[in-house]
Amino acid sequence: MTDSLLEVRGLQKFFPITRGFFQSVVGHVRAVDGVDFTLKEGETLGLVGESGCGKTTASRCILRAIDPTGGQILYRMRSGKVVDLATLPQGELLPLRAEIQMIFQDPFGSLNPRMTLLDNVGEPLLVNGMKNRRERADRVAELLRLVGLRPEFMHRFPHAFSGGQRQRIGIARALATNPRLVVADEPVSALDVSIQAQVLNLLLELQQRLKLTFLFVAHDLSVVRHISDRIAVMYVGQLVELAPTAEIFRQPQHPYTAALMRAVPIADPRVRKDDGILGGEVPSPAAPPSGCYFHPRCRHATARCRAEAPELREVAPGHFSRCHFAGEMTF
Amino acid sequence: MTEPLLSVRDLRVSFQMDEGLVRAVDGTSFDIMPGQVLGVVGESGCGKSVTMRAILQLVEKPGRITDGTICFRRRNGADTVDLARLPPRGAEMRDIRGAEIALIPQEPMAAFSPVHTVGDQIAEAILLHGHRWKEGGRKLRRAEARDITVGLFRDVGISMPEQRIDAYSWQLSGGLRQRAMIAMALSCKPRLLIADEPTTAIDVTTQAQVLALLRDLQARYDTAIIFITHDLGVIAQMASYVVVMYLGRVMEEGPVDEIFHAPKHPYTKALLRSIPSLYGETRVALPVIAGALPHPFNRPPGCPFHPRCPDAMARCSAAVPSLQPVAANQLASCFLHHDVAEPA
Ligand SMILES: Nc1ncnc2c1ncn2[C@@H]1O[C@H](COP(=O)(O)OP(=O)(O)OP(=O)(O)O)[C@@H](O)[C@H]1O
Ligand SMILES: Nc1ncnc2c1ncn2[C@@H]1O[C@H](COP(=O)(O)OP(=O)(O)OP(=O)(O)O)[C@@H](O)[C@H]1O
Ligand code: SF4
Ligand code: SF4
Ligand SMILES: [Mg+2]
Ligand SMILES: [Mg+2]
Repeated sequence: MTDSLLEVRGLQKFFPITRGFFQSVVGHVRAVDGVDFTLKEGETLGLVGESGCGKTTASRCILRAIDPTGGQILYRMRSGKVVDLATLPQGELLPLRAEIQMIFQDPFGSLNPRMTLLDNVGEPLLVNGMKNRRERADRVAELLRLVGLRPEFMHRFPHAFSGGQRQRIGIARALATNPRLVVADEPVSALDVSIQAQVLNLLLELQQRLKLTFLFVAHDLSVVRHISDRIAVMYVGQLVELAPTAEIFRQPQHPYTAALMRAVPIADPRVRKDDGILGGEVPSPAAPPSGCYFHPRCRHATARCRAEAPELREVAPGHFSRCHFAGEMTF
Repeated sequence: MTEPLLSVRDLRVSFQMDEGLVRAVDGTSFDIMPGQVLGVVGESGCGKSVTMRAILQLVEKPGRITDGTICFRRRNGADTVDLARLPPRGAEMRDIRGAEIALIPQEPMAAFSPVHTVGDQIAEAILLHGHRWKEGGRKLRRAEARDITVGLFRDVGISMPEQRIDAYSWQLSGGLRQRAMIAMALSCKPRLLIADEPTTAIDVTTQAQVLALLRDLQARYDTAIIFITHDLGVIAQMASYVVVMYLGRVMEEGPVDEIFHAPKHPYTKALLRSIPSLYGETRVALPVIAGALPHPFNRPPGCPFHPRCPDAMARCSAAVPSLQPVAANQLASCFLHHDVAEPA
C-alpha cells in the first residue's frame, strides 16, 4: 500500500438467494463483484452508477456495516498502522468507527425522531466514550455552528426542520467524532435543487477546513462531476471505469460511461439530442450476462465480448477501464 | 390565432388541516395550446401535482378548489367547459377523464392494481371508452381490446408485447412499468396528456428512453402534453413552453429558450444558477438561494419569494405581484418588471 488512506482490492459481496421451507441456497446476487480503487487523503472520489449497481453495498462493506464476501479493504489509521477492514474482527472495529463515518440519503430516516438534536448529534460521542453531558452539549453546539445551524436548535426534535436542515444535522452527526474518511451515500439526492447547492457547498467547505476524505456516492453525474477529484463508474456490481474528473469527461474509455454522459439531460434547450440513446435494460446481478456484462447493450460488442470478461486495466496514467477495446477507439 | 386547449385562470386549491389552512395552489394561471409540450417546473411542495389533480377534479379531501376557472375545449365543440364547475363524479367529468385528458400519476406503482394483469387493466379502459377506436361508436369485443393493447405496447417500445400484457405490474422493471403506464394513458387517444414526474423514479439511461418515447408519441399523435418535473435538464429537453412555480403561484412563464436564456424573475434566475452543469467549473461554491422553502402553514405575505429574494424591495412584502407580460410571449410576477399587484 502506497501513501493512500484507503485501498480497496477485488471487493465482493454476494447475497444468497434462498428458496423453500429449508431456505436452501439456490443462487447468489452478486451485488458487488469486482471493485478496486484507492483514495488519497483529502480527495473526493465520486462513485456513480444506476440503481442496483452496488454502490450502497460497496459503501456498507467499507464501513463494515456488512461483511464482504471477498477482497481487501486496506485502511491507514491515524496512527499510521494499516488494517484490512474486510477481515478485522468486530472487537477491533470500535476505534475505527470514530475515524470512518457515513452521511445517508434520507436525512430523516437516519435521525431518531424521539431524540433532540443534542442526543441525535451527540450519540456518536457517547458511543465513543464522551460520558459528560455538558461536554457533549458544547461539542454539539460547535458542530451545529459548523454546518450553519443555530446552537439553540439543539433542544428541538428533527421534525421541526426542513429537508435541507435535516441533511445538515446528518452531516453534523457524521462529523461529531472528527472522522478522517466520510462515506456519503446520495447525500443530496432527496433534496430540492435550491437546497442541494447549499449542501454541496457545505461539504466542499468542510472538506477544506477539516481535511476530510470523501467517498461520494450518487447517481447524478452533474453533481458527482461538480464535487469529485476522480470518478469511478459502476455497472452490475463491477467498477468499469475510474479516472480523474476532467479526464473521464474529456475522453471516456468505456462505452457505458459514454452512454451515461449522453443520457444526462442538459439544462439548455439549445443542446437537444436524441442520438446515442442506450437501449435495453440493466441486467440482474443474480444472472449477469456472459463475458463483458455490458455486451447486450454495447454498440461496439464483438464475439470476444460475449465470451471473454474484460479485466480492469490502466489504459492511460491513472485512467482505468474494463473494456477490451479501451485505448483503441473513442466511445 | 389558435385557441388554447386548456386555460387555467387564478386557480386556488386549499387543504383545511387541523394545524391550519394549506394554500397548495394560490392563484395559478397558464394556457396550453393543442399539440404543445408545456413544462411545469418547481421545487417539492410548490403545488404542481395538486394543480394537475384539480384539472381532473381529483383533489382529495380535505382539499377543495376554492376559486378560479379551468376552461377546456372539448373534442367535438367550439365552446369550452369550465372543469372547476363540473361535479367531480358526474358523467361529463368521467367522460373527459381518461378519454380526453389522461394522467400519468407521480407514483406509477400505485396506479396499477396488483391483482389484475396490466393488459387486462388497459383493455378494460379501452372497452370503457371503446367508441374512440371504432367508427360509429360500435361496442368493442374483448379480443379486439386485447389486440389494441398489444399494439399500444408495441408503440411504447415494449418487446414481446403478447407475453408482457399478461404480466402483473410488480413483475415489470421500473422502465417497463413506466412504458405500460404510458400505454394506459394513451389507450383512449387523449388530446391532453398530463405526465407528473414520469421519470423521477427511474435511472438516467431509462429516463432518456422514456423521454425519447414521449417526444416521438407527441409528434406522431399530436397530443398536447403537460410535463411536470423539478429537473431543469428534463424541462430543457422536453418543453416548448415553460411555467415556473413557487409556493402555489406562477413566478414566470414563457417559451423554453427565453426561460433558459433570458429569464426575468429572480427565482428563475437563481434556480438556473444553482444547478451544477456538465460544463461548469468544478469544486467551487455554487451560487445558492438563501434560506429554505417556507413551511406550508407559514406562507410569507406579499411576494412569496421575498424572504429569499436578493432583489427584494420594501413593496415586495406588502403586496403580491401579479403575473404580467414582461417581454413578447413572456410573463412574470415580479415588481422589478411591472407594478401591478394582485387586488387585496
Ligand atoms: N440485503 C440484501 N439481500 C439481497 N440482495 C440485496 C441486499 N442488498 C442489496 N441487494 C441487491 O444488491 C444489488 C445492489 O444493491 P445496492 O443497494 O448496493 O445498489 P445501489 O447501487 O446502491 O442502488 P440505488 O441507486 O438504487 O441505491 C441490488 O440488486 C439489490 O437488490
Ligand atoms: N392530501 C393532502 N392533504 C394536505 N396537504 C396536501 C395534500 N396534498 C398536497 N398537500 C400540500 O399541498 C402542497 C402542494 O403539494 P403538491 O403535491 O402539489 O406539490 P408538488 O409540487 O407536486 O411537489 P413534489 O415535487 O414533491 O411532487 C404541499 O404543501 C402539500 O403538503
Ligand atoms: S468489452 Fe466489448 S461489450 Fe464490453 S464495453 Fe468493451 S466493447 Fe462493449
Ligand atoms: S416581487 Fe420583489 S421579492 Fe418578489 S421576486 Fe420580484 S423583486 Fe423579488
Ligand atoms: Mg444505494
Ligand atoms: Mg408532485
